[in-house]
Amino acid sequence: MRDFLLDPFALGFMRRALAGCLALSVAAPPLGVFLVLRRMSLMSDVLQHGVLPGIAVGAICAGLSVWAMGLGGVVAGLAVAIIAGWLARRTGGKEDSQLAGMYLLALAAGVALISTQRGIDLTHLLFGNVLAVDDAALLGMAGVATVTLPVLALIWRPLVLESLDPGFMAATAGQGGVWHLAFLALVVLCVVSGFVALGTLMSVGLMMLPAIAARHWSDSLAGQVRVAVALACLSSWGGLVASYNFDIPAGPAIVLTAGGLWLGSLLCGRRGSLWQQAMPSA
Amino acid sequence: MGAVIAFDHVELRFGERVVVAGLSGALPAGSLTAVTGPNGAGKSTLLRAIAGLHPVAAGRIERGSLHRADIALLAQGSHLDRSFPITCLDVVALAVTRLGPFRAVGRDRIGQARAALARVGLEGFEGRQIKALSSGQFQRVLFARTILQDARLILLDEPFTAVDAPTQRLLLSVIQDWHAQGRTVVAVLHDPEIVRQHFPHVLSLSGGRAEWDPVPDLQAA
Repeated sequence: MRDFLLDPFALGFMRRALAGCLALSVAAPPLGVFLVLRRMSLMSDVLQHGVLPGIAVGAICAGLSVWAMGLGGVVAGLAVAIIAGWLARRTGGKEDSQLAGMYLLALAAGVALISTQRGIDLTHLLFGNVLAVDDAALLGMAGVATVTLPVLALIWRPLVLESLDPGFMAATAGQGGVWHLAFLALVVLCVVSGFVALGTLMSVGLMMLPAIAARHWSDSLAGQVRVAVALACLSSWGGLVASYNFDIPAGPAIVLTAGGLWLGSLLCGRRGSLWQQAMPSA
Repeated sequence: MGAVIAFDHVELRFGERVVVAGLSGALPAGSLTAVTGPNGAGKSTLLRAIAGLHPVAAGRIERGSLHRADIALLAQGSHLDRSFPITCLDVVALAVTRLGPFRAVGRDRIGQARAALARVGLEGFEGRQIKALSSGQFQRVLFARTILQDARLILLDEPFTAVDAPTQRLLLSVIQDWHAQGRTVVAVLHDPEIVRQHFPHVLSLSGGRAEWDPVPDLQAA
């Protein structure tokens, strides 16, 4: 058993992948908690698909450079965030079919662009490849985590107020748009930074699933953030172990682990779980 | 007594529809005014326009020396997300808008937030999550937040909706505190008895027309 759990990390590339995923596990779940609270879960889908054409264009322009692909992803992600925000405002936030249209379009465009390039494995790009976590990718993940946490701390209060009561924010402190945009920029950075190890389609999983699960463990915002980070770290480690031992891509392995923790929380968490509903007196 | 707000032939639209037309007059400093009228008469729109949150289609609203931080608007059925995981104390303390976004909420302001909660009868509710409150208790939290805003002009949109009689009495006493402190208060109200007993100035809106009682002295304004 001990070999099963620890052996994978005797290898350098697995240690690098673990370090990168743990960095992301600290930075991304707090953003996920806010996405859930702001009822923007669909937005995370739009962003994860939206970065793909940018990554493809980065690869076409500069080859398989993590920095070029990452930069392309960030630019595309920000563009998608701004367009989606504009669409949502235009329809009063009620119309989500346009967001769904956007992410389908972005996914198709991304896949089509990448198919024109030889030497890029689409499966790796979409679902991750721990073997590809080189120094540049690790630096990217750690760097994004290093930027995300202090920026989130800085915008925490306006972000809480804008999530809690946008009308009050508008009346007392002007439009909350700038905080919203800063927040979305952090989300884009985290999604893009995880794409090498987790794949573009899976990196949002480490942001959202622990955040959704955390609602079943704490009533306070800070409590949910702490639980989400802990669950994400556990998912990263458990997922990489599973990925190594069962030879499945790292992205799905980590997301499956996080999904299992979410299902466990839904079944027997301390708040609003099915077990609690079945036994109201418990 | 000068005016904090002066209206000069103000026209307000809601979409294409004109809801208020040719409103002139003034809110004297320190006055306590009720805005009445049937549903759809533009009462909420007027409050939002005074707060600078709704465009004025024609005419002008003069705010004199009032800045945004000097105006508190307690919106009807506030857009506040009641499912958000936050305590009563934090909701009230977050109102320290004069701090700007980044400066720390100090211990004295937390003390003010506690005192404001106590004033609205919510002592012991500091650590309670807002989703666990009744609608009356929730309205009290919003009043406590308005207390902490320390505004010179306070705009209340149907503040007694969905609250019971004791809560209404308590909130009326908070409004009277504000009036005694020299703040200008404007409240959208439906109950004619409350208006008659507690509000010396009345602005009735109906079918686009506005009537003041008593008629404000525009010379003094």
